[in-house]
Amino acid sequence: MDYGLDLEYSFNEFLKGFGLSSEIAHIIWLPLPMLLVLVAAVVGVLVTVWLERKISAAAQQRIGPEYAGALGVLQPIADGLKLLVKEDIIPAKADGLLFTAGPILVLVPVILSWLIVPFGQNLLISNVGIGIFLWIALSSIQPIGLLMSGYASNNKYSLLGGLRAAAQSISYEIPLALSVLAIVLMTNSLSTIDIVNQQSGAGILSWNIWRQPVGFIVFWICALAECERLPFDLPEAEEELVAGYQTEYAGMKFALFYLGSYINLILSALLVSILYLGGWGFPIPVELIAKFLNLPINAPLIQVFTASIGIVMTVLKAYLLVFIAILLRWTTPRVRIDQLLDLGWKFLLPISLANLLITAGLKLAFPQFFGG
Amino acid sequence: MSIAITTQFICFIVLSLVVLIGALGVVLLESIVYSAFLLGGVFMSVAGLYLLLNASFVAAAQVLVYVGAVNVLIIFAIMLVNKKEDLKPINDIKSRTIISTSICLTLLSLLIRVDLTNVWSIASPQNSIGEESTIRIGEHLFSDYLLPFELASVLLLMAMIGAIVLARRDVMSKDISTGLPVDQELIEKSSEPLLTNKK
Repeated sequence: MDYGLDLEYSFNEFLKGFGLSSEIAHIIWLPLPMLLVLVAAVVGVLVTVWLERKISAAAQQRIGPEYAGALGVLQPIADGLKLLVKEDIIPAKADGLLFTAGPILVLVPVILSWLIVPFGQNLLISNVGIGIFLWIALSSIQPIGLLMSGYASNNKYSLLGGLRAAAQSISYEIPLALSVLAIVLMTNSLSTIDIVNQQSGAGILSWNIWRQPVGFIVFWICALAECERLPFDLPEAEEELVAGYQTEYAGMKFALFYLGSYINLILSALLVSILYLGGWGFPIPVELIAKFLNLPINAPLIQVFTASIGIVMTVLKAYLLVFIAILLRWTTPRVRIDQLLDLGWKFLLPISLANLLITAGLKLAFPQFFGG
Repeated sequence: MSIAITTQFICFIVLSLVVLIGALGVVLLESIVYSAFLLGGVFMSVAGLYLLLNASFVAAAQVLVYVGAVNVLIIFAIMLVNKKEDLKPINDIKSRTIISTSICLTLLSLLIRVDLTNVWSIASPQNSIGEESTIRIGEHLFSDYLLPFELASVLLLMAMIGAIVLARRDVMSKDISTGLPVDQELIEKSSEPLLTNKK
């Protein structure tokens, strides 16, 4: 399956036309997709913040941001600028070095994980072989940053928040990884591209959500817990812990936490759509439409059309999930810490183990449906 | 030298420096919290070295297991027992230093001997499998390395059960460290009263 747009190849050919060597062309190409994805992530955060404000307002029968731009769309930018020019305070008794390194360690792994998010057949930064495993490994670094900032703040609420965040993300990582493993078992590959291609056979009918309904629910609960979204936002439960590990942070360092949590939310939504909702696939396969319209699938115009449909579908599915996450945040109460750990260890872990076992059994019994 | 090889070389130098300096920091720094965080840095750079060797699966596993699980648990334990106490001076510190130094030097000489006697060059470097390594590792784990793999999992299970037995007071009737009978009521309850009743 090596069809589709190859922007890298065309770009390199274009630069070689100016007499550059292929290595120089490659080096000029390298930062472009990274910058593009970074910009996409930040714009995604702005959109999510605006959505959060508007949907929470609607849930509480308020109007929400209104004056900054039409419908308040410029409000997140105003928020960001405010955070950017605020004074950067390091508390006198805090550990300056760890206090600064904490937020960075929280944000960097999340952004690195965008490496594997595909928006189309060739529209991702790098199709690394370990694919989805890279994301699981990278997301396990985050608790260190949280513990670091919790400890360095020299504040008991911060320390408790950091400890809670680490406990939470350790316990929810295991069911998360196990439900991903069931998908990988069906795909025979860790690569996100292969995972999407395996679901592209019959449009909406071949999406993994029908074959892995339990895995889908477990993954979504765990993803919400990893993002520390309500009902699992115990690390920053404001009634108990002021703001958890963020208590002492202000200005740009706080903005890094804020950005990190929203980028993580979008990333989780994207990954749910890739793993369970067919990624960039249109509900009706594009090949079928092209055949119906009597158009060749490899024509340049069709290629551009399918690529844009792919990006739109990925983003649409992801934002549908973000919408559900925001609705959940503003309508559900918070769980207690013992309920949270009980749910993770005594409920989700056995269920995801059973799911993995049943998937393996079904794969042996019906290889044509569950990936031979 | 091509650009790719130069980048690789620079990465190797930087990662090795981080590993060496970080490891020295872990041992020599006074603050145990700094040591623990530095240990995480060392694990990360070792993962980077694996990446340079085209072993991406091993690198990711290294990050997941050592940074994400082992190091987080070490930091967790340090922070839960965050006591500021002055350490008692040890009487025979000199003889202990000499003994530990000699043990370390013996280990170092062993390692150097291995380094000098082993043949490191691979027969054909073009034959590296790279992205296929995940499949190859799986094949090995379920064929010729099956027994060690399963034994390791049994060992981990034993360690886990041991930890549970040590942590749960209702399994044992006596406290291991003090020998006093254990009160069976609340696991979280501290053994000494937190506030003395003043009248």
